[in-house]
Amino acid sequence: MIRLENLCLSIHGDQILKDINLDIQPGKVTGLVGESGSGKSMTALAIMQLLPRGSKTQGQVILDGGDMLSTSERDMCAIRGNRIGMIFQEPMTALNPVKSIGDQVMETLLIHTDKSASEARIIAAEKLDRVGLPEDEFPLSRFPHELSGGQRQRVCIAMAIALHPELLIADEPTTALDVTTQAQILDLLKDLIKEEGMSLLLITHDLAVVSGLADHVAVMQKGQIVEQGPTEALFRNMHHPYTRQLFEASSHQPERADKAMPDPILEVRDVMREYTMARTSLFGAPPKFRAVNGVSFTLNHGESLGLVGESGCGKSTLTRAILGLEPLQGGVIRAFGQHVGPGFPNALKSGIQVVFQDPYSSFNPRWRIDRLVAEPFHLMSERPTDWRDQVTSVLHDVGIPADALSRYIHEFSGGQRQRIAIARALILRPELIILDEAVSALDVSIRAQILDLLAGLQKEYGLAYLFISHDLSVVRSVTDRVLVMRAGEIVEQGETEQVFTAPRHAYTKSLINATPVIPSAWKEPPNAKTSLV
Amino acid sequence: MKLPVQIVLGVALTALFLGAALLSFLWTPYDVEVLTIADRLTAPNANYWLGTDHFGRDTLSMLMVGARTSIAVAVVAVGIGILVGVPLGLTAAANRGGWLDELIMRTNDLIFAFPSLVIAILITAVFGPSAVNAILAIGIFNIPVFARVTRGGALTIWTLDYIMAARVSGKKGARISLEHILPNIANLLIVQGTIQFSLGILAEAGLSYVGLGAQPPTPSWGRMLADAQTMIYTTPRLAILPGISIIMMVLGLNLMGDGLRDILDPRIRRARE
Repeated sequence: MIRLENLCLSIHGDQILKDINLDIQPGKVTGLVGESGSGKSMTALAIMQLLPRGSKTQGQVILDGGDMLSTSERDMCAIRGNRIGMIFQEPMTALNPVKSIGDQVMETLLIHTDKSASEARIIAAEKLDRVGLPEDEFPLSRFPHELSGGQRQRVCIAMAIALHPELLIADEPTTALDVTTQAQILDLLKDLIKEEGMSLLLITHDLAVVSGLADHVAVMQKGQIVEQGPTEALFRNMHHPYTRQLFEASSHQPERADKAMPDPILEVRDVMREYTMARTSLFGAPPKFRAVNGVSFTLNHGESLGLVGESGCGKSTLTRAILGLEPLQGGVIRAFGQHVGPGFPNALKSGIQVVFQDPYSSFNPRWRIDRLVAEPFHLMSERPTDWRDQVTSVLHDVGIPADALSRYIHEFSGGQRQRIAIARALILRPELIILDEAVSALDVSIRAQILDLLAGLQKEYGLAYLFISHDLSVVRSVTDRVLVMRAGEIVEQGETEQVFTAPRHAYTKSLINATPVIPSAWKEPPNAKTSLV
Repeated sequence: MKLPVQIVLGVALTALFLGAALLSFLWTPYDVEVLTIADRLTAPNANYWLGTDHFGRDTLSMLMVGARTSIAVAVVAVGIGILVGVPLGLTAAANRGGWLDELIMRTNDLIFAFPSLVIAILITAVFGPSAVNAILAIGIFNIPVFARVTRGGALTIWTLDYIMAARVSGKKGARISLEHILPNIANLLIVQGTIQFSLGILAEAGLSYVGLGAQPPTPSWGRMLADAQTMIYTTPRLAILPGISIIMMVLGLNLMGDGLRDILDPRIRRARE
């Protein structure tokens, strides 16, 4: 349908894409896989001719025999939204918050066709119904903030398919969504392609998503397509070392030493946390929202405990409560035998540290690394005189060279930043580190390295981890026990392997079923099969 | 990096007036407090580059000292606004949603609701007209502006993970505000500072014009405008020169403020590239 021929792109003289050759077949799903910075999104933007200023392109993007790179902006406007639709990663920001969802879906119709507003409204209602937002439940007058992330992504899809585009470009369409929502959106995309005969260019970092959906896969690295072919054949053969590396990293199993001792360092008993909501009437008590409801668990010395749940289930509230940053309305949290609360001594606080999800907002951009990593020393009555040596030594532990001390955080990559965040958590030699989605924002290969690092540190220092994540496969590979949380309650807990192989609660089952996996048959190399026979 | 034209122009204009004001401490062509009635209303010539007024005072010297008055009033007024408003805003943000936040912000709204000129008249009516009272009047109205900008900027920083990391390190609101919040909203405050500075210049000129600001013999641009009013048809230059000075100074500061915002705000910087 669209053919990229030797597409090259440079922005301000930096080579971003090099000799991209890709044939997007009509009615098929083409997967574009790669890590951040590999040029996947830029390839999509090059097709749409929505490149940033200072971009220079070479080669051809052929649609109907014509080269889109030499098409005028006016003609491109007629193609965008009409023949090529696009959906983006972040449904929270992809919609205009001050326009109703109906108006936003109608907009494409009004721009590209001469339909009247009332006709466009009918079509918009049909499209929203098609993506699973029927009008009687979700009237067109709804605003984006009244919808969940998955529902917003459905609106984005409705906008993109309003005019039956021949090609739909989906740039990480499910990355920001929970697993169960992701599964629903992927199913929706699959059905739409079948019904409407569209082509789909699916851009993602997740090999498992691609394996379940795509007919043809191209693997990108550093602006080049290193390998491409029909999905199953590509997964079975994996000629290029980068493809293999990506594949191994995505199912990486760090080597772990079992050092857990039956010596509880953290006990959470019937913990309840309520938030007071805005008053709904002048009189009467304001309604309350119970974010954490009767949660109990124990975490032993040197143990890795997983906490799994979808967004909004109360994971983060529970984390803050354990860190002593939130008051409780019921229950107790005891760490090292003492109540966590206002009177919790600083010396014990230093025994629990935390690493956050976003490596980009975890550091004050105006501080140097030495000061950033040394910040927890504030918990001590005075900073030790050899604090710089201690900082250097933890940085060494996490694999950051000592010359980093006087640099600023923006000079480091996401993976390096997460190492520095771990160094900051380690500096006081804590017994427990809470990892709040600590690897979720990282590329698979970086994620594998960080997981190895964490496993190594656990072995060396006998650390306990509370590993909070929405990513089941990661939790499975690094934890001893796991808690499954839903709507503020723990619905299931037990040994990790047992919970994953024989889940008892329906919610756990649905989470496990919704997680995309690469078919296990594809993982065996073809020659291995023959040698068995 | 190539600087945009507007910021170069803004800095140049600001530097010109700032330079003139500073120079006036050391040297002016003539003493502005000495009246030379014989040379009254002289047209610009080699001796008096910009002519003289109806008391024979040199207009160029008056403008230089006037710049000093304007800038001094504006600097102190912005200073009051920052020194009082920024801590209030930081306190409000640190207690966001709490009663202290409400108290500070609602008091702010109250001050915002008063017309500033009326309050200035009130202050001068009670304490008598002087440059000091003009500074106070303008300064008080800078407080809520800075408090609000500070609170708004601080609220977004408070949600970031590094604030949580600081709290886990046992740091309290005041220390977090100083160490983490303030350095990260400094660019907002600098930009707001230049805008308030230019508004301060305008306010000082306005107050002096109606006789509530600097008192004679201290020259000020607003005062010069008021004095020239009766001679606007006979000697328009006397009104035009201080008028142009006010416009140029304010324009320079606004251009500089806009330019600084563009340079300091990475989002806008990226959009421009």
